[in-house]
Amino acid sequence: MLKVENVRKDFPILKREINGKPLVYLDNAATSQTPQQVIDTITDYYHNYNANIHRGVHTLSQEATDKYEAARVTLQKHFNAAKTHEIIFTSGTTHSINLVANGFSSLIKKEDEILVSAMEHHSNIVPWQMLCERTGAILKVIPMNQEGELVMETYHELLSPKTKLVFCNHVSNALGTVNPIKEMIAAAHKVGAAVLIDGAQAAPHLVADVQELDVDFYTISAHKVCGPTGAGMLYGKEEWLKKLPPYQGGGEMIAEVTFEKTTYADLPHKFEAGTPNICGGIAFGAALDYINHIGFDAIAAYEQELLVYATTELLDIEGLKIYGTAKEKTSVISFNIEGIHPYDIGTILDKLGIAVRTGHHCAQPIMDFYKIPGTVRASFSFYNTKEEVDALVAGVKRAKSMLL
Amino acid sequence: MSIKAIQEEIIDEFSMFDDWMQRYEYMIDLGKGLPLIADKYKTDDNIIKGCQSKVWVHAELEADKLVFTADSDAIITKGIIAILIRAFSNQKPQDIIDADTAFIDEIGLKEHLSPTRANGLVSMIKQLKLYAVAYQTQLG
Repeated sequence: MLKVENVRKDFPILKREINGKPLVYLDNAATSQTPQQVIDTITDYYHNYNANIHRGVHTLSQEATDKYEAARVTLQKHFNAAKTHEIIFTSGTTHSINLVANGFSSLIKKEDEILVSAMEHHSNIVPWQMLCERTGAILKVIPMNQEGELVMETYHELLSPKTKLVFCNHVSNALGTVNPIKEMIAAAHKVGAAVLIDGAQAAPHLVADVQELDVDFYTISAHKVCGPTGAGMLYGKEEWLKKLPPYQGGGEMIAEVTFEKTTYADLPHKFEAGTPNICGGIAFGAALDYINHIGFDAIAAYEQELLVYATTELLDIEGLKIYGTAKEKTSVISFNIEGIHPYDIGTILDKLGIAVRTGHHCAQPIMDFYKIPGTVRASFSFYNTKEEVDALVAGVKRAKSMLL
Repeated sequence: MSIKAIQEEIIDEFSMFDDWMQRYEYMIDLGKGLPLIADKYKTDDNIIKGCQSKVWVHAELEADKLVFTADSDAIITKGIIAILIRAFSNQKPQDIIDADTAFIDEIGLKEHLSPTRANGLVSMIKQLKLYAVAYQTQLG
């Protein structure tokens, strides 16, 4: 059982007041807050062992290298990757996706097909469009239904020997839908396509076992899981990572350099050019340790309780419509009130100290699908409380009475 | 009335409110009285970039004065643009170009609105002034 009053003590920012009201932070899908344990890790790094890694012979460099590589092992264990070097540190999910998209430029031919789901974040659409422009490959869209679930029949029909790549998020950032990625991966593999799953929105809520999923690439950002911004992970199967060319050239990623020819370093360093975000990587590991200490089972159970409570309470408000009603979803509620622009609601909620996201959530195709300019999105974390849900509901009612 | 005098009038009106709710309710009321843009001008060309909600602005010269009409799909944004138009509409283009916009800070709009909205506000002012520059050039 998760004791939320204890958990909240770990997050100094939750004591803040906004516009004279206690902060109610419900924008967790955009970024999660940072517990003291992770803040301490960051401080400890700069206080005690800040140094460049992998090349120094001195003690500080060795200590920093050890901690950085230990974080890689933490990530490997968390996602159950078969090998440590299948974990590539990146600056975040966007970087991870671009690394793969860029690498596939040399592996994709004209007329090859790439499938992408209708509920992707722009960061999982634009790099593939760019890849298609470079290679002449064709981008096809896996449609979704009104509930915000992928239409799996169409997905299976779209798959063919021409399909080379499939991209989908594990969980939709705008709707919270948990996609049936295991089924999708297995079907894609039958036609010989590789699969990249964007796990940015899944990572705070559930654990992905990359071996069990048999996924080819899996990406996440540290800041969605109580870690710092500017750090992320690309998991790739060894066979794929060996096939892909390096993304960026520079230090760290080379074995030998002459002006005639450069040979690249082995995995994972081949994809980690330049000095990485060392502190960020270490703090990323600390963040996963923190969440695992609380426990994903306890988190999932508690968040689902919040989701059900918030959904019921919000639906009580006349004219309120929730977008994304998939059977399986994480603690994200996207909604609108008839006749009110989401931005107006967000503005009033902010005056009440309640942080939500408004707009298209970098998923314009979803908004076009529902023919709306955007939504108000409240996303709940394990440190949110039922009282905060009540504050949200009261805030929305107040906004409604002011705005209508 | 000069732009400066109108701005002072607006500052006076806003100084009567004690809390944010009254200010916002007033702004929403002002939004409802916004001189609406004709439908034929509600085109993508007339949308101001930099606002999360849609804002359309149109300008027309009447004698030597510039008259603005606008609309938005968000009511608070409508209120903001109504305040701006009240200050700038029916003025000579050169006066609009020269006008100071510090009154926005004084009525607490810029600091009280979220950063993205504040950016939208800056874009709105910029657009009104751009219209003024365009028509000033036309007037010679």
